[in-house]
Amino acid sequence: MALATRTQHAQHPQHPPSLLGSLWRSTVGKKAVMAVTGLIMLAYLVAHMIGNLKIFFGPGEFDHYAHWLRTIGGPVLHYEWFLWILRVVLVAAVVLHGVAAYQLSRRDLAARPVKYARPRARTSYATRTMRWGGVILGLFVVWHILDLTTLTVNPNAQHGHPYANVVASFDRWYVAAFYIAAMLALGLHIRHGFWSAAQTLGANSPRRDRAFKAAANALAALLTVGFVSVPVAVLTGIVS
Amino acid sequence: MKFTLRVWRQRDAAAAGAMTTYEVDGVSADMSFLEMLDHLNERLILSGDTPVAFDHDCREGICGACGVVINGQAHGPERTTACQLHMRHFRDGDTIDVEPWRAEAFPVVRDLVVDRSAFDRVIASGGYVSVPTGSAPEAHATPVPKAAADLAFDHAACIGCGACVAACPNGSAMLFTAAKVVHLNALPQGAPERESRVLDMVDTMDAQGFGGCTNTGECATACPKGIPLSAIGTLNREYLRATVKGRGNRD
Ligand code: HEM
Ligand code: SF4
Ligand code: FES
Repeated sequence: MALATRTQHAQHPQHPPSLLGSLWRSTVGKKAVMAVTGLIMLAYLVAHMIGNLKIFFGPGEFDHYAHWLRTIGGPVLHYEWFLWILRVVLVAAVVLHGVAAYQLSRRDLAARPVKYARPRARTSYATRTMRWGGVILGLFVVWHILDLTTLTVNPNAQHGHPYANVVASFDRWYVAAFYIAAMLALGLHIRHGFWSAAQTLGANSPRRDRAFKAAANALAALLTVGFVSVPVAVLTGIVS
Repeated sequence: MKFTLRVWRQRDAAAAGAMTTYEVDGVSADMSFLEMLDHLNERLILSGDTPVAFDHDCREGICGACGVVINGQAHGPERTTACQLHMRHFRDGDTIDVEPWRAEAFPVVRDLVVDRSAFDRVIASGGYVSVPTGSAPEAHATPVPKAAADLAFDHAACIGCGACVAACPNGSAMLFTAAKVVHLNALPQGAPERESRVLDMVDTMDAQGFGGCTNTGECATACPKGIPLSAIGTLNREYLRATVKGRGNRD
């Protein structure tokens, strides 16, 4: 029996694009790229936060830890190779995440050009601040690298002495305040972002929903408290 | 009851619109929101004005034709359709704002009426199962597990009203599209087109100018049929699975 009609499917290119390419074409796929890159950054931040806490054990242990980071993977990997691989991965993640966020946000704003006369925001603060919070985080990352990695804007700026560099930087109250504000933005970003990523990647389900929300809150609180403890310790003289 | 209505009036798609204020008196608490608009329109017609245009059909909450934004909420303060919303949910003397669905993909046709054919195009691109008609198979030939039947049924409840798009700060049609994908992909009858369905429907959805999902959950809060937010999670899973599996071999 012949079918009388045939459904017109969308035309697709002869050569299938790469996985990243086909994901990038759709809103759902691009959001998945954001989720994966966000989770990569999140995993890095957990390790970074734990590492930072070594500052409470004094300059010897902290500077030694910083040196050890450069030797990871040795003798297979040369000095600092691991760190450079990590940096490439993180830069790729930040760029993909940021570009996807920008493109999707532009599209979202264009899709709802007219506001209601009596707007009602029923979503959480964390959800509503993802875009501006993300911009703050992006600016923070640039400043943070200039301050403590390249030491360009660091008042101490001694390579190989991260403990002293951190203390010198946070001894200025306004620098500590900016850092703390950025970490609060980070906490909010993760509070919505971690659960959102679970939803975006299809890992969520009605049964797991509460667990993912709880994990998002726990991760957000843990990272914020952990990161904020360092400037607070410097300001209060616990670390000096 | 007596209300001050501020209603969006717009002559046609090209004209500029504005909120226009009307006083309506003699409203019964048992009137539906649409009956209250009928009541206003009768008065407008008698005084030689053009009545307010709004969409409606069944007036029993099952067709999806009606829908207006009431005080910033799609279908108003109760979780139901505008035709099933009763005036007893408002306080006597309230000022009520009535606006059309706002989304780039749903252009205003007139007053409170918007063009929702973008939804039809999303459905046409994959919201079906292909079966030869004229030789209908025996209904029991394909067993459907109870859990799958329940899941499909819950998501088939979508009436295509568009409240999800209207409520979404991004004008996204993800909840609507997800309801259909979950419904059909849960069933054995939907299995042959499982991958092409989700890929094509998302493609079409994007092409209509709907926004992307930021998981704000406004859609599921507004949906009169209780389509859950988890539907979007399932759509995402189906989409990623189909992209990895069926990339490039869609017919
Ligand atoms: C470069 C600066 C950043 C910008 C501009 C940015 C922006 C955004 C935006 C706009 C969203 C989508 C929000 C939504 O859908 O509601 C998002 C989601 C997300 N972000 Fe970021 N963000 C940045 C940095 C970060 C960092 C440092 C992390 C790591 C902890 C991160 C983790 C996430 C996660 C996990 C998501 C969820 C993805 C999803 O919804 O599927 N972001 N980001
Ligand atoms: S998902 Fe709900 S709100 Fe959206 S069109 Fe269907 S019934 Fe209406
Ligand atoms: S008129 Fe049919 S659902 Fe309201």
